Amino acid sequence: MELIDKLLSPIHKLGQFGLERLQALGRAGVFLLASVAWGGPGSAGFKDLIKQIYSIGVRSLSIILVAGFFVGMVLGLQGYTILSDFGSEAALGTMVSLTLLRELGPVVTALLFAGRAGSALTAEIGLMKATEQISAMEMMGVDPLKRIITPRLWAGFIAMPILALLFSLVGIWGGAYVGINMLGVDEGAYWGNMQASVEFYDDVIKGLIKSLFFGLVVTWIAVYQGFDSMPTSEGISKATTQTVVVASLAVLGLDFVLTAIMLGGV
Amino acid sequence: MRTRLMELAVGAFMVMGIVALVLMALRVSGISTSDAGDKYTIKAYFENLGGLTERAKVSMSGVTIGRVTDVYLDADDYVAVVEMEIHSSMSTLTTDTSAAILTAGLLGEKYIGLTVGADDEFLENGGVIEDTQSALVLEELIGQFLFNSAEE
Repeated sequence: MELIDKLLSPIHKLGQFGLERLQALGRAGVFLLASVAWGGPGSAGFKDLIKQIYSIGVRSLSIILVAGFFVGMVLGLQGYTILSDFGSEAALGTMVSLTLLRELGPVVTALLFAGRAGSALTAEIGLMKATEQISAMEMMGVDPLKRIITPRLWAGFIAMPILALLFSLVGIWGGAYVGINMLGVDEGAYWGNMQASVEFYDDVIKGLIKSLFFGLVVTWIAVYQGFDSMPTSEGISKATTQTVVVASLAVLGLDFVLTAIMLGGV
Repeated sequence: MRTRLMELAVGAFMVMGIVALVLMALRVSGISTSDAGDKYTIKAYFENLGGLTERAKVSMSGVTIGRVTDVYLDADDYVAVVEMEIHSSMSTLTTDTSAAILTAGLLGEKYIGLTVGADDEFLENGGVIEDTQSALVLEELIGQFLFNSAEE
């Protein structure tokens, strides 16, 4: 009997693990639904939303803009080296803009956002929980989901596409700076070829749709991790790490799925 | 005062987003208002398109004067039909205008180049270009070359 127990224990543990994950996923899903069931972005007070967009979006601007400019410059440099092997430096603008609009803009913004704003969200909400502010709210009859979570979710959803757009824009100008001023690509060819091949709906809008998804997923993971964290200092640090890891992986995985759907390859 | 500053910053953030979208539309994806102007459609029949697609440029002397709007195969005559929109500012295309499928650079995209003729009548909406020259297909060229050199 004991031997059978021993033999079965790995399977038992696997089942336990799976059930726990599934439960966490279910909790997170219910949590999201309960938070957005409160309705539109202004439902929890317009002031709160503004404050959250400020701390999530505006405060992330500097890192997004600087990163975007450098990513664009590197793309210009690398792209030029590769393209000049084929004598088609004129395609540099096309390459830089399509790479940024379709992939790097939404994805890198989401990764930076997870590190910059997501971790802060988790830590903030985790600390609220540890200092029992959330229980106090419940006791006063205020729904913490509506008061704390809803404005943060909406703020992330609104801020991410704007940040991604600015990232791509700054990147394209960074690439132009390196390509035209430093490497001597023809200015007309850079912009002209770009305009000939970038489609407003297929490239710009689809990139925006991607970043909307990323905004939702990253903020959702961040606030859920904070809300679900152990109310101790160790628990908060763990939850913060989890946010960055899980959100980054979710963004990369989701990116593949979204790209496959959008390109219609699957 | 503090909230006012914050609201101002968020407002500026939103405006930046909108400006970025407009810049993307105009500067990066090249949607221009002149595209919306009056146009007329003409057709041309080709033996082989060799990779010409919708939205390809139609140019004359290197200046873009229109775009390809549709590409399909004529089921009766088995020839490719290209429909293109030409800006109405270029309404003086003669009826013996010739069209050729050209390539921008060695590896670039395909486009249609128009060369004006000497007729004194002009193409109208729905007009057909008679004189066309198909795209160069590398395989056919190589085949022809081998055939010729074998004969010699």
